[in-house]
Amino acid sequence: MDMTVSILLTIATAATPLLIAAIGELVVERSGVLNLGVEGMMVMGAVAGFGAGFLTGSPWIGLVAAIVVGALFSLLFAVMTLSLATNQVATGLSLTLLGLGLSGMMGTGFVGLPGERLPNLYIPVLTDLPVVGKLLFGQDPIFYISIALVFGVSWFLFKTRTGLTLRSIGDSHTSAHALGIQVIKYRYLAVMFGGACAGLAGGHLSLVYTPQWVENMTAGRGWIALALVVFSSWRPLRVLAGAYIFGAVWIGQLHAQAFGIPVPSQFLSSLPYLATIVVLVIISRNKRLTMMNTPASLGQAFVPDR
Amino acid sequence: MRLELVKRPQRSMLFSALSPFIAFALTVVAGAILFALLGINPLTAFYTYFISPITEVWQLHELAIKAAPLILIAVGLSVCFRSNIWNIGAEGQFVFGAIVGSVVPVLYPEMQGPFVLPLMLLMGMVGGAVYAAIPAFLKTRFNTNEILTSLMLVYVAQLFLDWLVRGPWRDPKGFNFPQTVQFNPSAVLPELMPMSGRANLGFVFALVAAVLVWILMSRMLKGFEIRVLGSSPRAGRFAGFSFNRMVFFAFMLSGALAGLAGISEVSGAIGQLQPSISPGYGFTAIIVAFLGRLNPLGIVAAGLVLGLTYLGGEAAQSVLGISDKVARVFQGMLLFFVLGCDTLIHYRIRLVGLAPAPKLDASPKLEEAN
Repeated sequence: MDMTVSILLTIATAATPLLIAAIGELVVERSGVLNLGVEGMMVMGAVAGFGAGFLTGSPWIGLVAAIVVGALFSLLFAVMTLSLATNQVATGLSLTLLGLGLSGMMGTGFVGLPGERLPNLYIPVLTDLPVVGKLLFGQDPIFYISIALVFGVSWFLFKTRTGLTLRSIGDSHTSAHALGIQVIKYRYLAVMFGGACAGLAGGHLSLVYTPQWVENMTAGRGWIALALVVFSSWRPLRVLAGAYIFGAVWIGQLHAQAFGIPVPSQFLSSLPYLATIVVLVIISRNKRLTMMNTPASLGQAFVPDR
Repeated sequence: MRLELVKRPQRSMLFSALSPFIAFALTVVAGAILFALLGINPLTAFYTYFISPITEVWQLHELAIKAAPLILIAVGLSVCFRSNIWNIGAEGQFVFGAIVGSVVPVLYPEMQGPFVLPLMLLMGMVGGAVYAAIPAFLKTRFNTNEILTSLMLVYVAQLFLDWLVRGPWRDPKGFNFPQTVQFNPSAVLPELMPMSGRANLGFVFALVAAVLVWILMSRMLKGFEIRVLGSSPRAGRFAGFSFNRMVFFAFMLSGALAGLAGISEVSGAIGQLQPSISPGYGFTAIIVAFLGRLNPLGIVAAGLVLGLTYLGGEAAQSVLGISDKVARVFQGMLLFFVLGCDTLIHYRIRLVGLAPAPKLDASPKLEEAN
């Protein structure tokens, strides 16, 4: 039983960064913007979180730094694609390339240093409950943020007027603009929300998952988060499911390596990436369904004509 | 204050030609600020980074070695990007091409003779093309997003290479180092001018590929087809061009060139397979393609510039004592500025006050449009 609980806990820890990054990107894409810079924003959040935590000795400051840096970094993308109407795919790629380079440069001095870890929640009695105690009341704070984000975003998108407006912008920015909605302003906010989430996801990696700084420590998780958004058909609750499936794959291959299964570790390590491809194939097969779900103006530049 | 874009009646030829240069100048300025923040004299840094790596002849050879794979890959990518196909897995195709091309020298080292090298190069190209055909197949058959699939395959290819050089392909006499046997002389790409430096035939491949693709894109029907389908798939369909065939063509051409770059790098600059054979050439080539304005001839120049950033990064590390990651920062900034400057080709940028712009200036704009 203890074994099961500990495996479930590690799955939750592996799923959390994917979940947060994906939920942020979901909001961005719902507003009609495709930001391929998730990996770059995440790795910037990771280095900022580690650095701030290490320098101040407080992982909480690290957490805030990760969020702020993620949001600021996404602002760069927002200015380029929204104010200068650059190609979103290319700009997102360059955000990732710049993020990987910048984080590597900023983190040179942090390599090999022990980092600060965010403490797990502890509520007397509740956390000590058998089995469910640790799962429900004994995880790291970002886990609870991630769950709150899923339901918060779901409520925001489908139950509030602002959420409806955001979705309408994603489906047709020209109509939204004609109705007098400030398309660019909404998109700025959405992109920065996505950046803050990606930063937080990166912070989770360097403040909880493995409290240290390793270059490129995101290891493609930002890209997997992007795939999760497609997998979820742009629905928050499905992102939750998808992130935990991927968390399970990620942990499963690690456990398989630890148990010494006679398969080369490299093949097991490539499983999450192969699983991403398989999942994308399954979900995209139905062309009409995909077209119905995709925000209609996703990835298109918008220049308001007065 | 905010920015406002005003569409130009037609694309500006001036900015079309100038934008790469403006972008490069802006990168240098931003770099100077970055160095100043790090407490390094920007002029010293500029000299170390951009001038010192190309002051001697052997250094020019090193530049050719770095630029060759960038140009080869970017030329292929330009075809993809022109056709609005986003192959960003060139790094994986590079690695896979290197692996397939190395089958002969690693597994059959006794095979020697003048036919070995052409065979390796051919196999490398086939390897890269086949690997690139996977995302093309998934896109055309299952409608899968090629950005994500081609990128995921990069990780898979790297892990596959890692397994090979640590496992079945490891040199038994290599003191357990994760590397294959050294390629025998007939499997090594010849150097161009061995008297003055290390530059090898790979640079010639890059130039030839650039010219051939330039001819293909600007002088042949296939290139026209690609450009039409890229700018308007609907118009392309009416003209009877097949979208799916074009996806395969673009992917496999760029994959073949990336594979050729991979096997050339391994057989020329490195001489054996090892866990890491590329400092991110496949990704940097994306920048090269855009800096070269997706034009094969522009890409040759852009490849030299980006090759220089690698050498500059190494020089900055050894002389100024800062991380060679600074090269990646430069590359990322450069792409940002290129994309930003490209906006100037299609739009005029205006600064407007916070208040909504008065209706008055609508009339002069109308005249401009006419």
